[in-house]
Amino acid sequence: MALVEVKQGIKVVLNHIEYGASLKRKLQDMGLTPGVEFTVISKTSYGPLIIELRGTRVALGRGIAEKIDVSIA
Amino acid sequence: MTQKNIALVGNPNSGKTTLFNRLTGANHYVGNWAGVTVEKKEGFTTFKGERLHIIDLPGKYSLSAYSLEEKIARDYILEEKPDVIINLVPAANLERNLYLTLQLIEMELPVILAVNMIDELEQKGLKIDFEALEEALGIRVMPISSAKNQGIEALLEAVLDFEPYPEYRVFTYSGVVEEALGRLGDEPRWQRVKMLEKDLEIPTDHPARDYLLEETVVKDRYEIINRLLERVIYREKSYRSPSDAIDKVLLDKYLGLPIFGLVMALVFYMTFSIGNVFVDILDGFFSVTLSGGVEALFTDLGVSPWLKDLVSDGIIGGVGGVLTFLPNIAILFIFISLLEDSGYMGRAAYLMDKWMQKVGLNGKFFIPMLLGFGCNVPAIMSTRTLENPKDRLVAILINPFMSCGARFPVYVLFASVFFPGYEFLIVLSLYLLGIVVAVLVAYLFRKTILRGEESFLVLEIPDYRVPQLRNLVLHVWERVKDYLVKAGTVIFAASIILWFMLNYNFTGAVALVDSFGAMVGKAIAPVFALSGFGNWQSALSLLSGIFAKEIVVSNTAIIYGLGDASSLRDLGGALSMNFTPLSAYAFLVFVLLYTPCVAVIGVIKRETNSWFWMFFSLFYQLVIAFTLSAAVYQIGSLFLG
Repeated sequence: MALVEVKQGIKVVLNHIEYGASLKRKLQDMGLTPGVEFTVISKTSYGPLIIELRGTRVALGRGIAEKIDVSIA
Repeated sequence: MTQKNIALVGNPNSGKTTLFNRLTGANHYVGNWAGVTVEKKEGFTTFKGERLHIIDLPGKYSLSAYSLEEKIARDYILEEKPDVIINLVPAANLERNLYLTLQLIEMELPVILAVNMIDELEQKGLKIDFEALEEALGIRVMPISSAKNQGIEALLEAVLDFEPYPEYRVFTYSGVVEEALGRLGDEPRWQRVKMLEKDLEIPTDHPARDYLLEETVVKDRYEIINRLLERVIYREKSYRSPSDAIDKVLLDKYLGLPIFGLVMALVFYMTFSIGNVFVDILDGFFSVTLSGGVEALFTDLGVSPWLKDLVSDGIIGGVGGVLTFLPNIAILFIFISLLEDSGYMGRAAYLMDKWMQKVGLNGKFFIPMLLGFGCNVPAIMSTRTLENPKDRLVAILINPFMSCGARFPVYVLFASVFFPGYEFLIVLSLYLLGIVVAVLVAYLFRKTILRGEESFLVLEIPDYRVPQLRNLVLHVWERVKDYLVKAGTVIFAASIILWFMLNYNFTGAVALVDSFGAMVGKAIAPVFALSGFGNWQSALSLLSGIFAKEIVVSNTAIIYGLGDASSLRDLGGALSMNFTPLSAYAFLVFVLLYTPCVAVIGVIKRETNSWFWMFFSLFYQLVIAFTLSAAVYQIGSLFLG
């Protein structure tokens, strides 16, 4: 499922990122690698969300969250 | 004296700025990397008789060639070969931060790992085995706390005594990657790794082209870190960051945005109300104590009357009129600095993201906008954090609409005369108007001349922190110093020139209305007639305000001071001859929106690297200022009769 559909407080595992090289690379360097587990800790309706990933919080815009494919962990 | 070159690298929120300030104090300067507008921060310190040149590298999460900043950092390290690289990582978040460290070790660089914020470990229930970390990485590891000034001497000691490492740890990747590395040419290992990551130019026909292992390399690197950390870091008790509890409220779906609005309103209210206590005191000091004292002294000394007037009306009136508002400016900068250092700024970007997205921007645009409330020059420079060049251009062009500290005195002066009791609301309305215009213009640019791919927010949100007094003082002092320098140079010079322009014409000393200044003002005044302030005094003030927006205040003080007003608080009667409350408001709208000051024009030229965009921004802002101020006056006149 797409990351935007995940509810606040839910832990997920990353399948893949459907994005162009440059941004995808940045997200990977920040720790969003296939198989990593993370939690959606804050969410706004129709807006961005914040994930807790490898001990840090990262805010992601909705347009990005739509292109990140995850499964419930 | 020999000099050691020390490079500082680390992720955002690793405390790099604090360490840099700690090491160099105020002894640093900020410039640009050759040919690009990426900030280059350098400083010096002397330790045990040795001079250390410290350079803050712009790299962030990695050393990839995908981002301009990281490429600059990588090139600097490889070409300039600094003597020592200090890699700063926060103790409580080694996992993500060691990702960069691993790359530095892989490249066999002279790196020392400084593990920062060790004072927070106990509270967070963590324990780090520093010896095991040193053993696992094969490099020097120094525990420090730059905020608490712990371990800094030992770190500098380690830098001075640094001996190149005879050998480096080799980190083993997964089977497929190792196999591929074995088949590639005889380049150094790190280059082969980077080739597999598609992060280094690969020669044509090189076998590295055949592999699709980018993701695996990155993933493996994180797995190496996780395996290594199992032997290094121990959780002794569970811990929830208080930041998360605070965010439950501050980032709440419904409450978040209203709270942010309240915070900003409070910032402006404090700037306004606390500052105004000082305004009365300083106004009295300049216009009565100092001015009167100088006049008495000059009369005693028998100084000629014209010089006496120049000093008391021109210089003290003009420069004093601006300095009177120094406390407001300082308070505003204290608050902006607090918002930045506490970690709230990034959250504001998150809260605004949804709304910014509606006009084709993202939440990150909002940070330079907020900084613009202080001064547009550093705000425009901060747009460098926006990766996409078109995004950046939009952010630069709209920034001057964010009402900077220099325009604030003009609002206060006019609001106190024409809207007594409602000053705060008037000032707030102008700030809001600035934001609305900025957002609408951005939307328009996005739909027309600067159409581009949509960009989205990616931003690390740090823990909340109690701001460091030292950082706060340094930051606010830099801004206050700028303001003082401006008062002592540009405004001082402009005040003298203006005084002469207002007292003379080609025939010699004349009455105010016949002066050279009045002639210039009268020549351009008609263009402001539609907006309701077609008087020569306003025209002259606005024209000279291009040098620095505060000059509008000093001009007003000088022009009307030459009449009978003895202090700023006393200008009411004189100003009412030229303004009605409505035209005064239209005037403020014009001051808010028109051509930015020369410093901002300069920074727009530098940051866009284009004369076209510089002139474009001058011109379109003038058009908007004329249109909106005329609209306010004309539509207002319909209702008010």
